[in-house]
Amino acid sequence: MKRRVFAYPYVVWMILFIVIPMLFIFYYAVNVNGQFTLTKFIATLKDAGKWKVLWASVVMAFKTTLICLLLAYPIAYILSNMKKSVAGFISVLFFVPMWMNFVLRTYAWQAILEYLLPDLKKFLGLEGSVLMVLVYDFLPFMIMPLYNTLSKLDKSLLEASRDLGANSAVTFFRVVLPLSVPGIVSGITMVFIPAITAFTVPALIGNGMYHLYGNEIELAFKTLSGQGDYAVGSTLSIILLISVLVSTLIMNHFDKDQQQGGQLW
Amino acid sequence: MVKKAVRSLKYVYLGLMVFFLYIPIIYLIVYSFNDFTVGRRVAYANLGKWKGFTLQNYANLFSGEAGSSLLLTLEIAAISSIIATVIGTAAAIGIYAMKKRTRNLILNVSELPMVNPDLVTGITFMMLFAFVNSVLVKLGLKQVGDIPKLLIAHISFSIPYVIFSVMPRLRQSSDMLYEAAMDLGCSPLQALFKAVIPDIMPGITSGFIMALTMSLDDFVVSYFVSDLKSVLSVYIYSSARGAKGVNPALATVIFIPLVTLLLIVNLRRISKEREYEIQSKKVKLKDKGGNL
Repeated sequence: MKRRVFAYPYVVWMILFIVIPMLFIFYYAVNVNGQFTLTKFIATLKDAGKWKVLWASVVMAFKTTLICLLLAYPIAYILSNMKKSVAGFISVLFFVPMWMNFVLRTYAWQAILEYLLPDLKKFLGLEGSVLMVLVYDFLPFMIMPLYNTLSKLDKSLLEASRDLGANSAVTFFRVVLPLSVPGIVSGITMVFIPAITAFTVPALIGNGMYHLYGNEIELAFKTLSGQGDYAVGSTLSIILLISVLVSTLIMNHFDKDQQQGGQLW
Repeated sequence: MVKKAVRSLKYVYLGLMVFFLYIPIIYLIVYSFNDFTVGRRVAYANLGKWKGFTLQNYANLFSGEAGSSLLLTLEIAAISSIIATVIGTAAAIGIYAMKKRTRNLILNVSELPMVNPDLVTGITFMMLFAFVNSVLVKLGLKQVGDIPKLLIAHISFSIPYVIFSVMPRLRQSSDMLYEAAMDLGCSPLQALFKAVIPDIMPGITSGFIMALTMSLDDFVVSYFVSDLKSVLSVYIYSSARGAKGVNPALATVIFIPLVTLLLIVNLRRISKEREYEIQSKKVKLKDKGGNL
């Protein structure tokens, strides 16, 4: 018996449950009640409101990623300079919340903003509150790759930089920061793409008053009264898939640039 | 002086960030001891009005819907991760022996669920099952229920993680192992279980843990796939949006075992590192002694 036979059950599974379900998005985008039609597809594409929400989601995801990066970098940097055993212990503190059900934590924020810190909610507004909770949810996902990269950084390079006369600021900006770009890139991918599609946080924190693109898709598929509108939802998903694909490609491009630069170096 | 100030500033920053991450958890645990009764009803939605200390929420937890969805979450996670590990490990072994072109094709398709946003994975499954169920209804057969749907979805999004953690191990392991075992008289299955699998066990274990985590952590896919019965996060989401609210005792029930587990694992690692440090110091001392 050839070894490749062992993969056959998976290949069948993959076709049934990965490939075919993906085709359904395209099928339902141009199919209403079993009939081929482009009307809904085109109407959804022409709906300016949907594009506006998509843009708002991209902006929101961008802000989330930026704030996460600014908060997480110092954390990862400080941790990477600590004694290994201490850093290991403190980093666990940062990752424990990641394992706690995030819907439960978002629910808690809903109550905190309503009862404990109503002034903060007033100050931040609806959009700001959603942004804060998104930052809260994604922060550990930014810390993790940054910490991994920074703690593997060869410390002798820093000494060399100092020996060659660079002060600590120059060492940081010319040595540490460029070498940590792979961590930054993977942190950005881990935060930006899930943040575009986030619908739980706006739904819970915004109490249904604030919509992001994920909510549009959710509402298209899961209306309270029976079956939603698959054609609209599928079309929105195709747009989402294309946006995600484009941002992944851009991200990979940066990653590759960096790798080549490293090799030339 | 300045150095000391910078150092304490670092700790203040870390402390603040840790506190930020734990605010909602602390909040829920504190309120899990709050009395939520309003007349005869229990209104968990009043998650901010302290009415007095009680342990009633913990007693209520396992009689209500929260407890049953917690149990379902654990069941789905256990079953789906075991099945995903078996199928995924076999797949990795098989794919590894394939020709380069087929191998790359399968691996690229397998990456889809990892790259796709959860939202898309969720709705694709939703549409698939809606289609299958509509066909089943036409044929006069029983529809696919929530539990099989959840299992299929969780197994599907977990398998790629198993494959991609077993693959690197296979690359490290010898290619000849399987053939050698067969030459020495093993049947294919014996060769697999006695030679190949023991060699790639660490990869299988980490794949299993990944699958378990993915399943326990999932909200989006389960939300779109299930209709009536579902896992904990879906229950929390729907009751958080309704007027019912969620029993905050859930937070304690999840948090305490999690922290215990992580502490045990971490303390073990730290003591191992310590041991290693001491060991290497001893070796160094010995070397020095020898040189002298």
